[in-house]
Amino acid sequence: MSVSYAILGLLEQEPNHGYELKRRYDRFFGRERPVAYGQVYSTLSRLARDGRVSEGGSLPGEGPERKLYAITPEGTAAVQRWLMTPEPPEPHLQTVLAVKVILSLLLGRPAEDYLDGQRRSHLERMRELTAARKNALLVDALLMDHAVFHLEADLRWIDLTTARLEQIAKEIQA
Amino acid sequence: MSTPPASHATLANVAGPIVAVNHTPAAAAVATAAAAGGRGASAPILACYDLHKSFGKTPALRGARFQVQSGEVVAIMGPSGSGKSTLLHCLAGILTPDSGEVHFGGQRVDRLSEAQRSELRRETFGFVYQFGQLVPELTAEENVALPLLLAGKSRAAALAAARPWFGRLALDGLEGRRSSELSGGESQRVALARGLVAQPQVLFADEPTGSLDSLAGELVMDLLVESARRLGTTVVIVTHEPRVAAYADRESTVRDGLVVA
Ligand SMILES: Nc1ncnc2c1ncn2[C@@H]1O[C@H](COP(=O)(O)OP(=O)(O)OP(=O)(O)O)[C@@H](O)[C@H]1O
Ligand SMILES: [Mg+2]
Repeated sequence: MSVSYAILGLLEQEPNHGYELKRRYDRFFGRERPVAYGQVYSTLSRLARDGRVSEGGSLPGEGPERKLYAITPEGTAAVQRWLMTPEPPEPHLQTVLAVKVILSLLLGRPAEDYLDGQRRSHLERMRELTAARKNALLVDALLMDHAVFHLEADLRWIDLTTARLEQIAKEIQA
Repeated sequence: MSTPPASHATLANVAGPIVAVNHTPAAAAVATAAAAGGRGASAPILACYDLHKSFGKTPALRGARFQVQSGEVVAIMGPSGSGKSTLLHCLAGILTPDSGEVHFGGQRVDRLSEAQRSELRRETFGFVYQFGQLVPELTAEENVALPLLLAGKSRAAALAAARPWFGRLALDGLEGRRSSELSGGESQRVALARGLVAQPQVLFADEPTGSLDSLAGELVMDLLVESARRLGTTVVIVTHEPRVAAYADRESTVRDGLVVA
């Protein structure tokens, strides 16, 4: 999911070849888990099928690595929507949240607005859980507590990231 | 969708008389008044507009705007140094803003004299400070009883009202201790009891769970929200802890001296 939007976002910066897209993906999003070439090309062909990217001219020769890909207006709109939509607050979201922040900064989009929206979503979910666990048996509250503490960890990360946005943006642009 | 005719008939029977009654002007006025009394439609009990406050050259508030409905429990969050405590102190009439307006129940708090403001604080507000601020010469139960003593209650009545709070906040047996003999979390719960004991109309609490572990924090928040609901207390609580804010009806964020959401 986030791989496909990340690649689409990189294409919003400039039209590119699969090889360079993989390189940039690994630099910004795949430090711990580089993306496979195969996945880059299958993602690109899915995006092309959905009208989010267009296959432009190709370098002389054969093969997918010769093709130049560009984002379409539908693709740009899809990136915009995705970046501004808070993720459903669930535990273990860290990577998607981070991808949204980095991509927003790369594209000059308002990362702070996204983080504010994500913070509101998380707090709303915490409010629901807090209300539900009030009358729950302790065995049921056990799982809700687990969810609450994980949401709290996300929220601490959101606050810290909000406070560091300028510095992160500088590193990304360097 | 299985039995539309029957349910339509029932709806018409119920709605009929209500719609008919609403045609009379008097009933319409009553209906309007009832609607205005509802939470969403009523004027805020507490509000501030365009608040500015600086300490020397440091601007703490730079045009803060904030509203609370009667009976609401609201959390104020935001980074350290963003102006949360300053906002709370201005709302509670502890600090006077440099400019801007503070309204409470139709009166301008920022225009009251020092004597009027301290009367308002004593009779209508409860305050739990960020750093406890118990009176060191008094015992824990005298600290809790203090607002009632200041309001003119007899010593016996004030202490009698203070005592049940020790059980509610898991402080049994600590009634006679001085603040130097209490742990940080115990002092904080004593301070909370002192804020609640006089059943204030508005309780202002600044990081009331800062020194508490998860279990004690939960006990305090359950009690705070439960007694607020029971007594209709309006609560404004500053916290940096999402788990505490999750007890509130909603949260607002202060950033760089402004309320941003
Ligand atoms: N009495 C004071 N004298 C001088 N500066 C002050 C005073 N009180 C607050 N400030 C300054 O005003 C700004 C806002 O402070 P405030 O106490 O309202 O922040 P806060 O949001 O409550 O922070 P924290 O989360 O750390 O409690 C800070 O820059 C602070 O240094
Ligand atoms: Mg403070």
